[in-house]
Order: sequence, then C-alpha cells, then structure tokens
Amino acid sequence: MTSASPTAPLEAELLDEPESPLRQAVRHFRRDRLSMAAFWVLGVQLLLALLGKFFTSGWVLFDPSTVRLVDKLRPPLSAASTELLRADQLPTFGLYLLGTDELGRCVFARMLQGAFVSLSIGILAVSISVTIGILLGGLAGYYGQRKLLFLSVDTLIMRFTDVVLCFPTFFLILTVVALLPPSIFNVMIVIGATSWMGTARFVRAEFLAQREQDYVVAAHALGLSELRIIFRHLVPNAMAPVFVSATIDVAVAILTESALSFLGFGVQPPDATWGNILADGRVYIFDAPWLFAVPGAAILTLVLAFNLVGEGLREAMSPKLRLRAS
Amino acid sequence: MWRFLVRTVLQRCVLLFFISVISHMVIHLAPGAPTEVDPMNPRMKAADVVKIRKAFHLDEPLHQQYFHWARDLVTGELRSFKDGAPVLPRIWERFLNSVPLFLCSTLITWTLSFPLGIRAAVKRGAVFDRSTTVIAYALISVPSFFLSYLVILAVVRVFALPVLGMHTFGTQHAASWVRAMDGFWHLAVPSLLSALAGIAILSRYVRSQMVEVLGQDYVRTARAKGLAEDNVVYGHALRNALLPFVTMFGFLLPGLIGGSVIFEDIFAWPGLGRLGYEAILARDFPMILTLNFIAAVLTLLGVLVSDILYAVVDPRIRLE
Repeated sequence: MTSASPTAPLEAELLDEPESPLRQAVRHFRRDRLSMAAFWVLGVQLLLALLGKFFTSGWVLFDPSTVRLVDKLRPPLSAASTELLRADQLPTFGLYLLGTDELGRCVFARMLQGAFVSLSIGILAVSISVTIGILLGGLAGYYGQRKLLFLSVDTLIMRFTDVVLCFPTFFLILTVVALLPPSIFNVMIVIGATSWMGTARFVRAEFLAQREQDYVVAAHALGLSELRIIFRHLVPNAMAPVFVSATIDVAVAILTESALSFLGFGVQPPDATWGNILADGRVYIFDAPWLFAVPGAAILTLVLAFNLVGEGLREAMSPKLRLRAS
Repeated sequence: MWRFLVRTVLQRCVLLFFISVISHMVIHLAPGAPTEVDPMNPRMKAADVVKIRKAFHLDEPLHQQYFHWARDLVTGELRSFKDGAPVLPRIWERFLNSVPLFLCSTLITWTLSFPLGIRAAVKRGAVFDRSTTVIAYALISVPSFFLSYLVILAVVRVFALPVLGMHTFGTQHAASWVRAMDGFWHLAVPSLLSALAGIAILSRYVRSQMVEVLGQDYVRTARAKGLAEDNVVYGHALRNALLPFVTMFGFLLPGLIGGSVIFEDIFAWPGLGRLGYEAILARDFPMILTLNFIAAVLTLLGVLVSDILYAVVDPRIRLE
C-alpha cells in the first residue's frame, strides 16, 4: 500500500480481505449522488419530525392548536396583530413563518406537528406489514411442507395471499376505514394489514432459497433450535430485499394516508398530518394558496426522498444491477 | 391446453368463493351497521330499525345473509340497501362510464411509456435518462389530488376548457360534433392525469428491461454484423424486452374499479370507483360486496389472460 507502483492497487486487492457485501453496498450507495442527496434530505426530515414533536408538545415553542380568529388566512411571513391578541396567543417571534389557516392556527407549527404524525403513520404501518409478511412468508418458506389436514402450510398461506391480492387494495382500505371509527391507529393498522403480500412473497422465496444453503445445514447439525435458526440465521439473510421494499412502502403508505384524508377518512382533527393539512387546504386554494402548496411540496419531497433512497438501496444491494450501472 | 384451462378456471372459482366469504366477513364483523348511517334522524325509531333489519335480513345469522346475497346475485334480484334499486344494472351503467376513461388512460400510458423508456435505456446515463428518472420519481411521489388540482387550475385558466363531469350542462340538444368535442375535452384531462403515474412506473420498467436486453450477447452480435442501430434496438432488443409486458396487460383490468376512486372523485366522473365510494359512505353492503366480487373476478380474469398470452407469445412456455 505504501509504494506508488502501478501494481500496488492490485496487490492490495489480492492481499486484503475481500470486501463484505454490506460494505460494497454502502460504497456503491455513496457513489450514487442522487440517492445520497435523497438520503440527506430524508435525514433532515426525520430530524425535523423529531424536533417538531419536541417543539410542539414537549417544550411548546410553536403552538399548533392556538386558534386566533383575528389572524385568519394570513400569508407566509406576515406579522401577528399584536394589539388584538393576548400575550399567550402570540406566535413565537410574532411571525407566522408559513402563514395561518382558516382558524388562524400557525401553519408552520401544524406542519412541524404533522411531520411526526405522518412519518410515524408511514413507518408504523410498514412495520406492521413487514411483521405480518415475515411471519407468513417465513412460515410458508420454512414449514411449507407440513400438512394440515389435507393441505400443506405453503398452499394454505400462499393461496390466502392470492385471495388478499385479489382485493383492490385502496378499495379495501377505504371499506375498512369507513366502517371503523376514525383514528390514527386504525389508519395505521388498516394500511399495514392490507400491504403485507409483497413482503410475504419475498420472504418465502428467500427462505426457500436459503434453507438449502450449507450454513443452515450446519446450524441444524450443531443442534440449534428451529426458532434460533429462523430468527438468528434465516431472517437476517432475508432482510435485504425486505428492507428495500419497506423503504418504498413507507412512501406508498404516506401517499395512501393523504389520499384517505382527501376522501375524508384519514386522521381526524385536531391531529395534524401533512395529508389532512393538504386535504383541508384545497378548499382555500384561491384565497390561501400556501395552505395547499406548503403541505403538497412537503409530501412530495418526503415521498420522493423515500423512493429515491429505496431505489438507490435496491441498486446498491443487488450485485447484478450494480454491474449494470457501473 | 384445454385441461389447463378447465383446471385453472375451477381453481379460480374456488378462490372466488373464499374471496366473497372473506369480504362478507370483513364487512359484517366491522362495526358500523347500515341502520346507523343517520343516527341523528329524529324520525328513526327503534321499531323502524328493527323493521329495516328485518327487511334486509340483517337480523339473521351471517351464513344465511351470505346465502341471501349469493342467491340474489345469481338471480339478478340483488337490491341496494340505499334506495332499493337493482344493483347489477346500476353497476353496468357506471361501468359504461368508466370504460372510456380507463381505455383512454391505458392507451396514453402504453403509447408514451415505451418511447420514453426505450430512449432512456439507449441513452443510459445521459441528460435525458437522468432527467426522466427524476421526473418519473417525482410523478410517483406527488399526491395525485395535489397534482390534479394544480392541473385543473392551469387548464381552466390558460385554455378555458371544461374539466369536471362527463358533459357540460345544457349541451344535450347541441349539434353532435359540439357534443363530441365537449365529451372529448371532459375526457382528456382526467385520463391524462390518471395516466401520469402509470407512465412513470411503466417507463422505468421498460427502461430496466431494455437495459437488460441491450447488454445481451445477441445484441452485440447484431451490432457486430453491422445492422443499423434502429434495427438492433427495435428489431432485436425490443422484441425480446417486450415479453414481460404481455403479463402486465392482465393486471390492468382490476384498475377499472380500485384505481379510479380518487380521480373519479376529483373530476366528478360517474364511474365505478365513485359508485364504490358512495356505497361505502352509505354502508350499502350489497353494492360493496358485489363491487368487491367483480373486482376479484376482474383480477383473476386478468391473471388468466396474462397466463394465456404468455404461452401464446413465448413458445418456450407450455401450459400444463
């Protein structure tokens, strides 16, 4: 490594340990400028969501729920009417950074509060769907040959997956959400419970392929319990494609939430999500365009960041795609 | 071939039965009864609720309700809870409205995606490729109603075109060409907007397929023979890249119902998606169940069609 001779890199490559697949993926991901940009945007948004949660409910610097009827529909960066409002109603800095809505609530504070809710809906919904997917896919992949009465476990689970795939997803979500009492948790659970099918199929395919590998046979020979083999050895090896598709699923879940809000079945007030701020803002599209533009642009950047990061990860993690891209 | 057909059709019928049972359970076990749609109505007495429950068989056990639904569906006697109108003619009427929107947007999606995807694949890494990548992801990522509202505003301001509904009110007696143009403009904007996300997804898929195929040995051979680039791309590469898309035709069909709820709502288009949305709001169980059932039938039909098409296009595949 010390000399500058032309053979040095080759020697280094031969002498060093081979790069692990994970580090290869990371290296490739970092070279992809678009994905890296999206990654940083995503990081900033996650940070904003956490800070937003803190500043709107912990140490209330921006109050999302104060109603100020004298300051309805103020444009961004307009000053609060100090002479009409009580001191505790005034926004921080006496400014509405992103304007106010039809009740005089500060849009900036609501966006901060909504960032956390929107992100947690996306992430929790996907956690639910990934958990169901891993459980069902793992069962079908590992215990697929077992018989229950006259059907194998694999047939049973995969046919059930087919059945669920036959429902038009959005219509199903709409049906269930409309029948359940509306709440954040119901929206999360319904979105999660109707989008696990892809994960289940991935995990099953991955389990079927991994089960015959030498390391699993070795683990069996060592006398490890089946649960340990599944959760310590098989699941981590099957996680790469699941993780990639989960990243993209978060984007889809956030969009689904906003679509549900548009139809009036989303998260109900007073809880703010970017989806319902956008859906409520569309009524004032002529009088207060910022009520529509701000959450719309925010959702677009967040979902775009998730999609680009997911796509970058997909490319970085599969050697075949990586070869093609370079 | 025939044995395959008979067997899959039988299997699909069993699957359909399970789908209808599950959707029945989902609807009846979830809280929210059809009698509770209007709880504030002062004229609704307890006795009326009992009467309604009896008339709609809601007081009977679930399996009997299922039996009633299945029998009425088969005999065509199925009636809506909301207004007592027969369900199937209403669905047919809305289906006829949905079809032009569906056909137009599918046509736009498929005719635009291929040129875009092929060009991006051929010019891989160039400005065109990178900009279409970003635009495609932006189109996938934007909430569809946000984009639609912006486009509606722009179209109405700039071109002064009508966009909502299927016809302009009061044109029923106008000349036929006026009505045709009017219908065309009403159709154009919603079908273009509902095609956008499809274009974004499909053109990415075309691109990755083409990139894959362009790296194959036989494409290099074709180039080495000195064939014109157009011949290589369209004659040799594209024909092989097309194979997976044949299967995608099948997955289009269910979009008729599920994919259009938002757009039909925005553009006040009286189609199937909106019918479903209205039925859900009114807890109109027979309508919801029948629409779900039809969606499942369409999905299964789509899968069957794509299986058959695949065997027709690719001689290596035999249906057994």
